[in-house]
Amino acid sequence: MSAPNKSYDPVEVEALKPEEIERMRDEAVAAIAAASDLEALREVKVAHTGDRSPLALANREIGALPPHAKADAGKRVGQARGAVNKALKARQEELEAERDARVLVEEAVDVTLPYDRRPAGARHPMTAFADRIADVFTALGYRVAEGPEVETEWFNFDALNFPPDHPAREMQDTFFVERDGVAESGVVLRTHTSPVQIRSLIGQEPPVYVICPGRVYRTDELDATHTPVFTQVELLAVDEGLTMADLKGTLDHMVQALFGEGMRTRLRPNFFPFTEPSAEMDMVCYVCRGESVGNPDRPCRTCSSEGWIELGGCGMVNPRVLTACGVDPGKYSGFAFGFGIERMLMFRHDIEDMRDIVEGDVRFTLPFGMEI
Amino acid sequence: MRAPLSWLREYVDLPAGTTGSDVQERLVAAGLEVERVERLGAGLVGPLVVGEVLAIEELSGFKKPIRFCQVDVGKANGSGEPQNIVCGATNFRVGDKVVVILPGGVLPGDFRISARKTYGKTSEGMICSARELGMGDDHDGIIVLPPEHEAGTDAIELLELVDEVLDIAVTPDRGYCLSMRGIARETATAYGLPLRDPALLDVPTPNAHGYPVEVADPIGCTRFTARTVTNVNPDAVSPLWLQRRLQKAGMRPISLAVDITNYVMLELGQPLHAYDRSRVKGTIGVRRAARGEKLTTLDGTQRTLDAEDLVITDDSGPIGLAGVMGGAHTEIDDTGATTTEIVIEAAHFDPVAVARTSRRHKLSSEAAKRFERGTDPLTTSAAAQRTVDLLVLLAGGTAEAGVTEVITPSAPHTIAIPADHPDRVAGTSYGRETVVRRLQQVGCDVYGSDELVVTVPSWRPDLRDPNDLAEEVIRLEGYENLPSTLPKPPSGHGLTEGQLLRRRVGRALAAAGYVEVQAYPFVGEASFDQLALDKDDPRRRTVRLVNPLSDEEPGLRTTLLPGLLATLRRNEGRGAHDLALFETGLVFLPTGDEPLPPKLPVDRRPTAEEIAALDAALPHQPRHVAVVLAGSREPAGWWGKGYGASWADAVEAARTVAREADLELTVRQAQFAPWHPGRCAALHVGDQLVGHAGELHPRVIKAMSLPERTSAMELDLDLVERAKGGPLRAPRVSTFPVATQDVALVMDAGVAAAEVEAALRDGAGELLESLRLFDVFTGEQIGEGRKSLAYALRFRAPDRTLTAEEASAARDAAVERAAERTGAVLRGV
Ligand SMILES: [Zn+2]
Repeated sequence: MSAPNKSYDPVEVEALKPEEIERMRDEAVAAIAAASDLEALREVKVAHTGDRSPLALANREIGALPPHAKADAGKRVGQARGAVNKALKARQEELEAERDARVLVEEAVDVTLPYDRRPAGARHPMTAFADRIADVFTALGYRVAEGPEVETEWFNFDALNFPPDHPAREMQDTFFVERDGVAESGVVLRTHTSPVQIRSLIGQEPPVYVICPGRVYRTDELDATHTPVFTQVELLAVDEGLTMADLKGTLDHMVQALFGEGMRTRLRPNFFPFTEPSAEMDMVCYVCRGESVGNPDRPCRTCSSEGWIELGGCGMVNPRVLTACGVDPGKYSGFAFGFGIERMLMFRHDIEDMRDIVEGDVRFTLPFGMEI
Repeated sequence: MRAPLSWLREYVDLPAGTTGSDVQERLVAAGLEVERVERLGAGLVGPLVVGEVLAIEELSGFKKPIRFCQVDVGKANGSGEPQNIVCGATNFRVGDKVVVILPGGVLPGDFRISARKTYGKTSEGMICSARELGMGDDHDGIIVLPPEHEAGTDAIELLELVDEVLDIAVTPDRGYCLSMRGIARETATAYGLPLRDPALLDVPTPNAHGYPVEVADPIGCTRFTARTVTNVNPDAVSPLWLQRRLQKAGMRPISLAVDITNYVMLELGQPLHAYDRSRVKGTIGVRRAARGEKLTTLDGTQRTLDAEDLVITDDSGPIGLAGVMGGAHTEIDDTGATTTEIVIEAAHFDPVAVARTSRRHKLSSEAAKRFERGTDPLTTSAAAQRTVDLLVLLAGGTAEAGVTEVITPSAPHTIAIPADHPDRVAGTSYGRETVVRRLQQVGCDVYGSDELVVTVPSWRPDLRDPNDLAEEVIRLEGYENLPSTLPKPPSGHGLTEGQLLRRRVGRALAAAGYVEVQAYPFVGEASFDQLALDKDDPRRRTVRLVNPLSDEEPGLRTTLLPGLLATLRRNEGRGAHDLALFETGLVFLPTGDEPLPPKLPVDRRPTAEEIAALDAALPHQPRHVAVVLAGSREPAGWWGKGYGASWADAVEAARTVAREADLELTVRQAQFAPWHPGRCAALHVGDQLVGHAGELHPRVIKAMSLPERTSAMELDLDLVERAKGGPLRAPRVSTFPVATQDVALVMDAGVAAAEVEAALRDGAGELLESLRLFDVFTGEQIGEGRKSLAYALRFRAPDRTLTAEEASAARDAAVERAAERTGAVLRGV
């Protein structure tokens, strides 16, 4: 480096000659352009823009110039360095883009690889279905009520107006609980979830609006259409002025909520001790929508081409039941219905054999996932 | 009840062309469950005629006896010449009248008849059996007709082979529909046609000359009619029409006297009993049995009677179980054909008495079926009369003038209802006129205008309450005409906390890869033996069923594991190996000391004490949740090796459940069947034991043929639910920097990691944000019987940046506490 000196000719400072600066600039730009990868470019960068690069060195010489020449030289060097930096930046971006493109290609994977690393689970469709039905009614304001599965005969039969020794008790093939040395223990596996209704009525002044899903037991052998342990959903509404028309409307609402618009129910007279009047309830066949009736070309297995599917029993709560629960039948009336939901699940999901619901084969349950 | 349409038409003039399905539809709408309509003789085509057997040639040389017969079929074959027919049956003789189908005819089942060569002869038709004609499956032999029918007579008409039979499942309240009379009444109402009531008969007034009867139990027996018929021809047989009606109704013809009583029962719904007068000694009585008395019923069984059994007696003692079954000794003789004097009993017995006796002796009969549903007490005399008439008509008997009737006086049942009661039950408006008309159709007498006083007919003991009458009106007006309205319940609160928790638990376990199952809750001793439970393990004490589906499994589960493990094995057997299953459900834990439930009335709400007494009779029924898993938890794949399901997954499943209740489980080493004694965790919430988890005992795995290393968890979800607090309190999130400190501690291998962690947390104090065990190491460097646990501790203050000194001090305090409690020392120090 030259020492500051007052007696010199600026043009004589070799490094700051305009042509010299242009040359340095051109060399740098050429080197930048020639850099073939980011590594080379970094070397070029050090060589042409680093502290020891020609332009940096030239820049330092400016200080040695007389004041009148400094501005000129400074401008020239500055422009040259600007041009070099610009070229550098451009080349940098260019090479980075090239590298990125290359890396992305190299990093490509087969995204069609399967990833069954964390196998899925599922809820049982009966659980999910019972929940779904409960949700239909909680949305209307009903409460979900529960009770014991081993139950006293008083709750399971007596309070429901099954008189002792009445043949109606035999309609329900009951599992009786044994007690040493006693002929009749008075305890059974509940044959329906109706005892939960009784418990609700006893525990609460009307209005009572409850839905009771739960496991119930009858002494049927397991086969394609029967199971001794099944899931029942029962509903009870007790309030002032409830009518059979309300029952019908509630049933219609339920089948529409569960099976879609346009579904309807039909009532047929029947007998149950706990309801009076009593009815059997049917819904329009979910599968054929009644189109199989009188149409031998399109027979329907689900409804035996009758157009209707039997859901279960229903009716107006027998006033004797209200009395047994301490509810004044002169003031209150109510309706109730109950059905086994395995059968509903079967036709809703095209299940052919009850045993699939019962046996717990994961191949059956998994596709149902969390909710149905 | 099977009701032949042809028989029904005798009481109701159904429009011509009315089919069984038409009637079925109407009756179903009126509330009779007509399960199906059987079409008898469907596809039957004649000529089917009466034939007289003229000659029989026994053909020999075949494997079975074969007959070549000449049969006179009158003019039915056009020629009047005898017909040659080959027949394989042998139960007929020359001169017998048989039923012959001629070539061109078709038997049910599309069996076409033509002349054909067989056994070396040409057979021009066939001699028919009852089965071939669709008359019943009773016997394979061919039908031999009474001799009075002429050869050539059309047998299709004679045997009423073409008919329809309504098969009706009669509900317990409709006892009166266990008779043609009842079904005819419903049919007449459904069609709006008049009914010819077969019970409207002239009956003689009772007098003192009848067979002596003494009713000692006027509640058990409210009516007893006795009639006597003498000079009965013991050789008389039932005419075809009678046999056919019985057959169509599903009963087997036996002998004339028995057939007549059965026929009248089917017609009027009144069961009858016929006694051979020569075998009855003295007065017929009705009383309760003396405990231990013996009676041989006509099924040949000797029965020891209960003091509640209502019996019919004579001077010798019990001669019948009232309303259920007669005794063998006084039975009319239907084989030896010696009975010539018959005493007919038509009575009304208490339904409960009959039901209890029938059940007690496991003896059901057509009579008991009707009595226990309630018969029409006013029909006894008509039914007796009808029986007498038929015995006179068909058996040549003489009706004796004596008529005995023992009657317990009673008033007809009346019900008062507002005329608009059916409207209010239905939610529609029928109007008084309709209500009265419908009740009258049912057989009621109705008086009053706004308030109706309704006297119910004697055959409808089921009509007791205003709603019973409402149902009659509504069903006859048609359930299909009810409007559809939606009531407006008060706003609800949705699901309870417990219900929400259960749903979350199910979802969380499913999300963690478990598949839910719902196993049957039935268990037996073998289930517990396989689980290697001690002989005195309380889980062996089960609720036992009187009538289990399988004698091997008479109990109810006390743990969810037997069902879950059986399901695991079933899946394994079907080729699935990586399995994770869960179940939530009740288990049943009796103490064995539950008192019997009190007998409570139903005419009032039970008191709180009474309900408590009922509940005390029940076992504890907590809801459990359990998982079982085997095989890979994460399978091997292109991503790496995967890992097998283990005890740790089982314990983690318990934590998954607890997390849904915002609870932290305390895990302690435990030894508890059926788990591996070194790989079993006891799960606590606070100090409360809630369940266990771990790997199953190898012996259990072997005994149950489970996959190796099968692991399981079971906990009491009710306890978890109860421990759940209110809404979670949100943590304060500090934005100051974290200070991380790692420590490796060396201790005896037997020290539980949970204890070390608890000590560290305790000692570290409030600055500790989190702590994580990131390595467990054993090896030579550590020393035998020792292990090293490495923890990452993160410290953070809510209000400042911690200094290195503060973080170190907290760490040192943590390590010190761990050292105190577990003997752990810092590794490398
Ligand atoms: Zn269908």
